[in-house]
Amino acid sequence: MLSFIGKRLLVAIPTLLVIITLAFALLHAAPGGPFDSDKVLVPEIRAAIEARYHLDEPVPMQYLRYLGGVVRGDFGPSFQYQDSSVNDLIAQGLPIDLAIGLLAMGLALLIGVPLGVVAALRRNTVWDRAASAIALLGISVPTYVTAPLLVLLFAVSLRWLPAGDWGEGALRNLVLPVVALSLPYVAYIARLLRASLLDVLHTPWVRTARAKGMPWRTVLLRHALRPALLPLVAFLGPATVGVITGSIAIETVFGLPGIGRFFVDGAFNRDYTVVMGVTILYGVLIVLANLLADVVQALLDPRMRP
Amino acid sequence: MNSAPLPRWSLLLLLTIVVLAVVVPWISPWNYYTPSWDELDLEPTFANGHWLGTDDLGRDLLVRLMWGCRISLLVAVAASLTSLFIGVLWGATAGYAGGRVDAWLMRTVDVLYAVPFIPFVIVLTVLFGRNIVLLFVAIGAVSWLDTARIVRGQTLALRQREFITAARVGGMSAAQIVRRHVLPNLAGIVAVYLTLTIPTVILVEAFLGYLGLGAQAPLTSLGVMIADGAAQLRSRPRLLICPALLLALLVLCCNRVGDALRDRFDPASGGGA
Repeated sequence: MLSFIGKRLLVAIPTLLVIITLAFALLHAAPGGPFDSDKVLVPEIRAAIEARYHLDEPVPMQYLRYLGGVVRGDFGPSFQYQDSSVNDLIAQGLPIDLAIGLLAMGLALLIGVPLGVVAALRRNTVWDRAASAIALLGISVPTYVTAPLLVLLFAVSLRWLPAGDWGEGALRNLVLPVVALSLPYVAYIARLLRASLLDVLHTPWVRTARAKGMPWRTVLLRHALRPALLPLVAFLGPATVGVITGSIAIETVFGLPGIGRFFVDGAFNRDYTVVMGVTILYGVLIVLANLLADVVQALLDPRMRP
Repeated sequence: MNSAPLPRWSLLLLLTIVVLAVVVPWISPWNYYTPSWDELDLEPTFANGHWLGTDDLGRDLLVRLMWGCRISLLVAVAASLTSLFIGVLWGATAGYAGGRVDAWLMRTVDVLYAVPFIPFVIVLTVLFGRNIVLLFVAIGAVSWLDTARIVRGQTLALRQREFITAARVGGMSAAQIVRRHVLPNLAGIVAVYLTLTIPTVILVEAFLGYLGLGAQAPLTSLGVMIADGAAQLRSRPRLLICPALLLALLVLCCNRVGDALRDRFDPASGGGA
C-alpha cells in the first residue's frame, strides 16, 4: 500500500509541473502587465518596481526562479497587496474554504446517502420518484442561483439567519453557505448511490445471503452497501474539486474572505503571483483528493489493491 | 436495450423555450438595450404590454430574458461543438493508432483532468479580453476530456470489427478508415454526449456571467441577469427569480433529454440512474 501511494505521488509531480507551466505561460502570454495603470509611472520608478519583483529578468529565468520558490513552498510576494505574500493570503483564506467545503461535503453525504438508499430500496414508488426529482433539481440548479434564493427566503423575508459575512465563523453565518454549497452534491450522491445499489441488489451473493435466512438489515449493511459505496468513493475525488471551485461563487454571494475571492480579484487586477499560487494550490488539492479516493477504494475493495 | 420513454414534456418545454428565445425579441415592440425613464420598475401587467414588467432601467424584462437565453444557448452550443471537435479528434486518434501514441495521448488527458478547470477559464477570459467568441473557445478547449475518453473507448471496440479489417485489407489508409468508417459509427454516442455537454456549458457560462466575465452590458445572458438580480434582491426579487427559474428549467430539460438519450443509445450506461 505504501509503495502504491509513493508511486501515485511520483506521478503527481509531472501533473503539477504541467499546471505550473500552463499557468505561468498563460499569464506571461497575456497582453498588458501587472503595473499598467492609468497614471504613467516615471521610468526610473517603473524600473525599480520591476527589479524588485524580478520582472526585468528574461522570462526563462523568471520561470526557474518561480519554480524554485514553489518547490520550497514559497509562492512569492503579492503584486496587489504590497505588504503580504501569497502565502499569507492563502493562510488567511484557506481555513474558511476548508471549513465550508468539508461541512458541505459532510452534509451532502448525510442527506444524499439515505436518500439514495431509500430510492433504490423503494424502487418505482412515490419515494423513489421524489428522491429522483430532488436529485435532478439539485443537479440542474447551480449554487449561485440557490444561494441568493436562500438569502431571499431565510435572511430577507424570515430574518432567521444573516445574509452574509463571515462573522468569525459563527454557526449562524455558516448555515446558508454550507447548505447552498451542499445541495448539488446531495443530488449527485443520491443518484450515484441509487444506481450502484440497484446493481448490487441483483447480484447472486445478495440472493444467497437472503436465501440462507440472514436478516434483511444485515444483508443490506454487510453485503450490499459496501460494494455499492465504491463508485461513490471514486466520485468523492472530483467532488472535492467541485466543492473547492464552487466555493468561488459561494464566497461572492455571501461576501466571505476565502481564497476564491483573492483569486477572482487577483485575476481582475493582474496580480499574477496570487493567480498562479491559488491555481497551483487548487491543483495540489485535486491531486491529493484523487489520491485519497483511490486509497480508500483500495481499502474497501481488495481487487483494487495493486 | 432500455426502452425508457423519452421525456416528452421536457422535450416540448425545451423546444418552447428555444422558439420563444428566437421569436420574442423579434416581434416585441421593445429591445434589450434602450432604457426608458418613464417605465422604471413596472410591475408585470398585460395592460401595458410588459408581461414580466421592466427592470431598474425601464427595459422590458421578457425581452431581456429571451436575449439572455439566446446568448446562453449560443455560447453553449458553440462551446459544446468546439469541445466535441477536439475530443473526437483526440479520442479517435488515440483509439485507432493504439500503442505508444494512445498511451501518450491518454496520459495527457489524465494529467489535464487534474487541472483546475474553472480557474483556468477565468484567467483566460480576464486576460484575453471579454468577447463572446473567446468565451466559448475557452470553455470548449477545456471541456473535451470526457468526450475524448468515451470516443477512444468506442474506437477501440470498433477497431476489432470485421468491416474495419476489410477496409484495411482493401488498401484504405488509416486516415481514410477513420473518416469513412470509424467516425460515422461514433455519431450516435457522440450526439448523446453533446446533449449532456450542453447543460454543463450553460452552467459554466452562467457562472462566468455571474462573475462579470461573460456577456458585457448592454448585451446580457442568464448568468449576468442572475448576478444583476441578486444585487437587487431586497427591492426587486422579480429580477432574480425570473432568470433563475428560466436557467433551472433550461438545464433541467436538457439534462432529462440527455439522460433519456444516453439510457437508450449508450451500451455502457445500464440505464440505472
